[in-house]
Amino acid sequence: MKLAHRMHAGPAHIGTPRVASPFKNVHATTHAPLGDDHFNVMRPMPERDRDFTPVTASIVDRHVLARGSQDKVVENTTRKGKEERPDPIAPTPTCTPSILQEDPQNFACRASVTSDSDVTPADANHHRVDELQAADRTLEQVVRYHLNKAHGQGTLGRSLSNIPTANTIGISTLGLHNQHDCRESKRSSRDIGTGVNQIIPEGGLVGNLQNLPRAWFNPVPHREVGLLTAAYSDEEFGMPYISTTPMGILDTADCTRQMQECVGKWAPVFTNLSVDYEPYIDQQTRSVSQAAWFSRSIDCQNLTGKRAVILGDATHAAAMTKILAREMGIRVCCAGTYCKHDAGRFHERVRGFRDEILVTDDHTEVGDMIARAEPSAIFGTQTERHVGKRLDTPCGVISSPVHIQNFPLGYRPYLGYEGTNQIADLVYNSFTLGMEDHLLDLFGGHDTEAVTELSLVPMEKDLIWNPESQLELSKIPKFVRGKIKGKTEKFARQNGITNITVGVMHAARESFGA
Amino acid sequence: MLMKGPETITFERETGNYHTPCPISRVARSHQKIEDSFSLVVGTKTCGYFLQNAPGVMIFAEPRHAMAELEEGDTSAQLNDHGELKRLRPQTVGDRDPSVIIWIGTCTTEIIKMDLEGMAPRMETEVGIPIVVARANGPDYASTQGEDTVLAAMAHRCPEHSGVDEWNRPARLRLEGSPNPPEETNPPLVLSGSLPSMVASQPSSESKRQSVRVAGWLPARRYTDLPSLGAGVYACGVNPFLSRTATTLMRRRKCRLIGAPFPIGPDGTRAWIEKICSVFGIRPRGLREREDAVWEGLKDYLGSVRGKSVFSMGDNLLEVSPARSPIRCEMIVYEVGIPYMDKRYQAAESALSQETSRDMCIPMPRVVEKPDNHDQIQRMRESQPDLAITGMANANPLEARGIDTKWSIEFTFAPIHGFANARDVLQPVTRSLRRSNVGNLGRYG
Repeated sequence: MKLAHRMHAGPAHIGTPRVASPFKNVHATTHAPLGDDHFNVMRPMPERDRDFTPVTASIVDRHVLARGSQDKVVENTTRKGKEERPDPIAPTPTCTPSILQEDPQNFACRASVTSDSDVTPADANHHRVDELQAADRTLEQVVRYHLNKAHGQGTLGRSLSNIPTANTIGISTLGLHNQHDCRESKRSSRDIGTGVNQIIPEGGLVGNLQNLPRAWFNPVPHREVGLLTAAYSDEEFGMPYISTTPMGILDTADCTRQMQECVGKWAPVFTNLSVDYEPYIDQQTRSVSQAAWFSRSIDCQNLTGKRAVILGDATHAAAMTKILAREMGIRVCCAGTYCKHDAGRFHERVRGFRDEILVTDDHTEVGDMIARAEPSAIFGTQTERHVGKRLDTPCGVISSPVHIQNFPLGYRPYLGYEGTNQIADLVYNSFTLGMEDHLLDLFGGHDTEAVTELSLVPMEKDLIWNPESQLELSKIPKFVRGKIKGKTEKFARQNGITNITVGVMHAARESFGA
Repeated sequence: MLMKGPETITFERETGNYHTPCPISRVARSHQKIEDSFSLVVGTKTCGYFLQNAPGVMIFAEPRHAMAELEEGDTSAQLNDHGELKRLRPQTVGDRDPSVIIWIGTCTTEIIKMDLEGMAPRMETEVGIPIVVARANGPDYASTQGEDTVLAAMAHRCPEHSGVDEWNRPARLRLEGSPNPPEETNPPLVLSGSLPSMVASQPSSESKRQSVRVAGWLPARRYTDLPSLGAGVYACGVNPFLSRTATTLMRRRKCRLIGAPFPIGPDGTRAWIEKICSVFGIRPRGLREREDAVWEGLKDYLGSVRGKSVFSMGDNLLEVSPARSPIRCEMIVYEVGIPYMDKRYQAAESALSQETSRDMCIPMPRVVEKPDNHDQIQRMRESQPDLAITGMANANPLEARGIDTKWSIEFTFAPIHGFANARDVLQPVTRSLRRSNVGNLGRYG
């Protein structure tokens, strides 16, 4: 047993509908007790979807517990096939039936006999994989199933398209700003003269999957969902894939150069042209993205050496670490991810850009790390945002899990050149504005309320603040008060002082340069 | 638009394929009420994910609940349940020092047959804190029934009522025995249902007005203040989903149950007090006038909803009572879906609903137990109601199809009990109808 208050990645059966529901006309039947169909709330609420979520539960009740589901899942799957006439149906087990040891493969086989739709089982071990891994696997299973089927029927489109095209793999439901990222990647493809063959799973029809191999290459913008599919296509059809996330100026340029390489291989054959994206990269970096200019501007100078903590999924956390460290000169005191399964790769990608690395899915460990590091700003998930609130530290949300406010109606990509603008805004707005910072320091801030204890940092009771020093402490701006207090107490303890006076505060300030 | 319709309620039962929150969501509700309690949900990541997303921001406010997440070793019995739960206890409780720990059993503990009820007494002696077990699992219960299982388990922990059964003594002896004025002598009355303190004061003060003294609430604000129960204690529920609690109070604690309509809406509040008064032989004073005054005050609301139609999909067992108020406002209710209908516990409520629909000359809606959401949406497509009361899974898609919706969950959080909160019962129903022109930007809206 493990104690858990909050989790970063959800259970496996959330991952399956995350990639099944964005496909057009795919229906997922979950084999679950009443109330486990919470995914049906996640899509219409945070994503504000206008359609009913194509996920139905085949309810596990007492009868199922007693004698197994027998015909129930098959009946429900067949019924959905009749009602919705979907292309394929994916029966998904949740944690409960996986303990019942029922066989989804068997359900799929039997249901495909009675149903007109294709029935594919989603195979995800509840105890061993989380939401993201399950999403990645399910997508690969769906693609593999349909390509095999097309191969059997002789309808597989294997000839490369006449112009360079790409498949964007892994745009899913509940992904952070995925809709906007999708639009941005389409736009940048168009800008470099590359067509979009297919975008999966978002908005795709499984019937079209047979033409997936016609693209020249596969960009996988988010590492968490899509890599397995890309690796499968590479193995099976020799389609190269790009797993660099085009997030931030340098990585976007890197990603674009990899595209050039992929396109450059075939372009002379098909179009008699050689490709050179360097002028495009240069022009975008100078005029479309403001981030390069922002890095040089006097605003960004104020951020130099400020300390930040980063935590998120492997894609976003690694990309943000690189952006803050390389593009803005911010010191990343800790870069972390909750994607434990991708830890090795994460280490490799943030090497040299951070002081320490934290790979954990325990939110208390993250909270303690933040309290210890005392950063000026946090970039993390909604969980870290709330830690920030308690520590009076600003937080920019860069990764799921997210709330409804992270599904903005306005255009907010994180990827590509427009993405760099959004990220620059996010970073700049998260840190206290430079001038404001100075003024608050000089004039003692606008809030002089009584000193409040920080709940996350255990304070020792052996130190006494006399009334004058307490008053002095209350004059310090709230957002640095905890830090000054901690440093002063550390100084006092080091020097064997128990009674903290204003003089001790000044001495501490001198010794730490705080 | 007045119609003549059947005068008895027709009950139907469908497939039970409907959306409802898992009953463990009520954990949040009951531990909020019992301030010195701590709940431990023994389940999987699925339960944790749900709990994290359902109570929303509450999870960030130092919650008094935690998840004991079962791992592969637990479900395959490689680890010892008792040992694991004991190992987690110090971390679970931290420095909170609760007076009671509530273990919430889930689907998984049912399947692997973890004997929580058996382990609890042993653990209790080992750790010195009472441990109450409530099996609030999805295979058996729906949403608010979670609270029912917690309160039913709590009822066993209430102290024994030591007082003599005064009410049963002959009247002469009673008068000799107590010098108090007669209005103070109603036998102990315990109300069940966890209402926020603000709301709980409503039914209490209404009964006080009629000189009915409330001896205690199940649950109380603190575990240590649980009311005493026993033969001679009268019990009455304030919420329609507390049938297990009622059964426990009657059968195990020998209380006498007052079967009354629920104090939801002005008509319900009046009927609720009238029933309690009639049991105690008290003549209620000024109740009709009070109810009329409340309706008078709601005039501005009533105009906008008269003749409109409502379809309640059903997911929290509160459906019958909030459907009665719209009928009283001359709205037409097409269908009342409900996860589970205890016809005995809700008998008085059903009777009042029938009476209301007869009085208003509005046909009694059909009551559909264990509804099928897919079929309900087909029926809604045909009947085109003005308003659908439904869960969050269906709300936005229905709005996109031109049907105004109201989240059913709001009824479980909004203060809807008593005369003073009458406006709040109608507010959820009428809000969507009142705003229906706001977002309508012509044909592009």
